[in-house]
Amino acid sequence: MPRARVLIRPKEGILDPQGQAVERALPALGFPPAQHVHGGRLVELGVEDTGQLDEMCQKLLANPLVEDYEVELLEQ
Amino acid sequence: MRFGVVRFPGSCDEIDALRACETYGDADVLWHRDADLKGVDAVVIPGGFSYGDYLRVGAIARFSPVMGAVEEFGRDGGPVLGICNGFQVLCEAGLLPGALLPNTSLRFLCRQVAVDVINRDTPWTRAVEGHKPLSIPVKHTTGRYYAPDEMLERIEASGQVVFRYHAGHNPNGSLNDIAGVCNEQGNVVGLMPHPEHAVNPLSGSTDGGLLFQSAARVLAPAVPAA
Repeated sequence: MPRARVLIRPKEGILDPQGQAVERALPALGFPPAQHVHGGRLVELGVEDTGQLDEMCQKLLANPLVEDYEVELLEQ
Repeated sequence: MRFGVVRFPGSCDEIDALRACETYGDADVLWHRDADLKGVDAVVIPGGFSYGDYLRVGAIARFSPVMGAVEEFGRDGGPVLGICNGFQVLCEAGLLPGALLPNTSLRFLCRQVAVDVINRDTPWTRAVEGHKPLSIPVKHTTGRYYAPDEMLERIEASGQVVFRYHAGHNPNGSLNDIAGVCNEQGNVVGLMPHPEHAVNPLSGSTDGGLLFQSAARVLAPAVPAA
């Protein structure tokens, strides 16, 4: 069965407190400062019909109002 | 009149919601797998963690059989109130504009807040009189109201902002201090604060009762004057 990986991230411009918390935590641990940190979700799935992946993302896996997503087909 | 209170696996405020409804009318539980609303006159979607809030808050609940019936009921003008997780579910279902994102503090918040009622022309706010803000608790982690610029301008202009946190009371970073909104017709309302927890004087405030009283008043058969 073909496998796919879906990456979901907050849309640019939307306040991302999770990313900000990581930005603050890194220097606190002695690491050099990091910028533009954003966290998202990863969904991996096996599907017979990869043609429906986009609709799956639109309807369920992501909320297109606040999230962007990318679908990547994985090598078997 | 009869309220219906939806129960999903993971709901946790449905008992308080039922009691709040029963203060002003009759009330029934509506099970998530039933696509039948049992002829109720108004629907309340309570708070909690429907379907574990897996994936995203409210994302899975919106596809439950009962939500299909609620969507139809709401689109036909039936009064629907979504509280906290219920608000999130209604946004996911597209019955209400916008989305709820994690609080800017990234923390769970539980506190009494002052809430201004901005739009009193909905079936859930008509009994509100005067201009004193309502004292109602919030308890959530994902309550930061967000709508893209264009949508935000539209709902502000059309009176779809129903509740706003009183100045200085915005607990979660919601845009424009928005605590609750309605659909274009005004019959579907959602809010993050919990009016069902502010009905009995024992809990410190009875202001939340006004929402349930509003719906009961709107839907009660007219009583001829004696």
